[in-house]
Amino acid sequence: MPDRRFIHIGFFAGAGIIIQLLTYFTGTGYFLTQLTMSSYYAIVIIGLCMLMGYAGQISIGHAGFFAIGGYLSSAMTTHDLTPFKGSLPVRLLDSIGFLVDRQGLYGEQILHFQPWVSFIFAVLVTVAIAYLIGGPVLKLKGHYLAMATLGFGTIIYSIVIGTPVFGEADGISDVPAFALLPGLTVSGKMSVRIENFYIAWGLMSICMLLLLNLVNSRVGRALRSIHSAEDAANAMGVDTATYKLRIFVISAVFASVAGVLMTHFNGGIGPSEASIMKSVRYVAIVAVGGMANLWGALIMGLVLNFLSLRGYFGSLDDAVFGGILIVIMLFSPKGLLRKETLSYMRDIVLQRGSEEDNA
Amino acid sequence: MLEINGLNRRFGGLQAVKDVSFSVREGQIKAVIGPNGAGKTTLFNLISGYLRADSGITSFMGKQIQTMAPHKIARSGISRTFQHIRLFHEMTALENVMVGRHTQSSSGFIAGMFSLPGTRTEEKRIRNRALEIMDFIGIADLADTDATSLAFGQQRGVELARALASDPKLMLLDEPAAGLNMKETAEVAVQITKIRDLGITVLIVEHDMSLVMNISDEIVVLNYGEKIAEGLPLEIQKDSEVIKVYLGDEDA
Repeated sequence: MPDRRFIHIGFFAGAGIIIQLLTYFTGTGYFLTQLTMSSYYAIVIIGLCMLMGYAGQISIGHAGFFAIGGYLSSAMTTHDLTPFKGSLPVRLLDSIGFLVDRQGLYGEQILHFQPWVSFIFAVLVTVAIAYLIGGPVLKLKGHYLAMATLGFGTIIYSIVIGTPVFGEADGISDVPAFALLPGLTVSGKMSVRIENFYIAWGLMSICMLLLLNLVNSRVGRALRSIHSAEDAANAMGVDTATYKLRIFVISAVFASVAGVLMTHFNGGIGPSEASIMKSVRYVAIVAVGGMANLWGALIMGLVLNFLSLRGYFGSLDDAVFGGILIVIMLFSPKGLLRKETLSYMRDIVLQRGSEEDNA
Repeated sequence: MLEINGLNRRFGGLQAVKDVSFSVREGQIKAVIGPNGAGKTTLFNLISGYLRADSGITSFMGKQIQTMAPHKIARSGISRTFQHIRLFHEMTALENVMVGRHTQSSSGFIAGMFSLPGTRTEEKRIRNRALEIMDFIGIADLADTDATSLAFGQQRGVELARALASDPKLMLLDEPAAGLNMKETAEVAVQITKIRDLGITVLIVEHDMSLVMNISDEIVVLNYGEKIAEGLPLEIQKDSEVIKVYLGDEDA
């Protein structure tokens, strides 16, 4: 039923227009900033949902992949290569158009990588690292996998906070705009705020469509079968090790792409994006969303991140997500927004409705 | 078609399978029987690649498979069911059977994500073939039911259909009648003969003597990991060693 999928995505993309118009008519245009960021976070979350909810493999290190994307692209687009202008590699890169010039804060010339080049490079590095880490780590199950991915996240955090190129505790700022296409620029400038909301919302919708397609395909079925009975999946000829690795890499790429774009939108990135609490937050949101429920993960990813970014949780921000995780694990370990829970709630509501009719 | 030659497997101090050899001819139903702990399931796990043999050779259609991974063995044309039902949760009966078509289809991650035209026609083919097979087993009406909410006997049917969906050359059935009542066991017997009539070779591990004696062309008897007899059902019934194992010693 690909048609129904397209209709759902169409409605969802349309909801973006309504949201934008709402902010216009209610004079809350400043919400668009957080909505744009929430959309990028939602891309990380649906990718993780695919890995956790469908293929059944947990990762408490996804902020690491987000950081790899964000940090690599921002380092490459801010680091000045002018001092090395005479060297052969820089001359070569320049001659094939990989480098661009721009004016720095005080009018100085900065020579750095073209954003598309750094974007593609960051994604390629993410793929390589995800393969390297995923290969050995995905042989583990349950708690062991959780701990190993946690270890990966910790390593990435230590690297960004201890490396001068990555700005150590300050992170990287002054990241330039990223012209995706002529006329479509990812940037935090006020003048392109609305455009950027649509870029983020559109990309999120596309990512969602790709994953919905995947879930309902031969591969999606195989991934779900790994989740519930890995040995039986094997007996059906599913190469479970390879499938787990591939979906791990795909979800890492989703996180990395979101990282790159968010960094260009924000104009910078800081070590908190690589922190364990960020990874925990992603896991918590997937859990609230219903684990094996892409739509639930998407909606929760948007709503909870928006609330968090608007500061509704105040200084208890991290505590809220920790708390969500505890409550979900205690009362609904298979996730909150699930078919069963929803139909159960509908039954309650409908029953109550009919009782009122009788009265 | 399947040749097992001097297979050994030890778990710590227990020799679970000891120097077992036999062969399965194409188109026959062959049964492996024996008391609890005789090593029947271990033998199955060795053939299907879940366990590695300490020594010995398994060859299927002239190719050695004893070191191959389970999914590769499945791809070579051997499918299996499990003694303890291993259906996929949160999937319908039809989706379970559709996973069984995995080896007969090829769409990958990229094709799936972009829902390319080829994958959509393949998806239709998978669905239709899965429905055909469910119809053949007699469970087509259960297609859209959540697999794990089915009755036990129906779940066995789904497992059988799932294993059949890969168009195997050889099916390994691990106690297909375990936990079934007499009527259901009789149904399973009919299903297995129907599968054989499709030209698929069947190797069964079974406890239920009535099932095995009625449908098998040949029987292998294991006891404490060793083969103690092999032959036609009638010969096995008369074999003094087998009677001793199943009914106990006269002196006991």
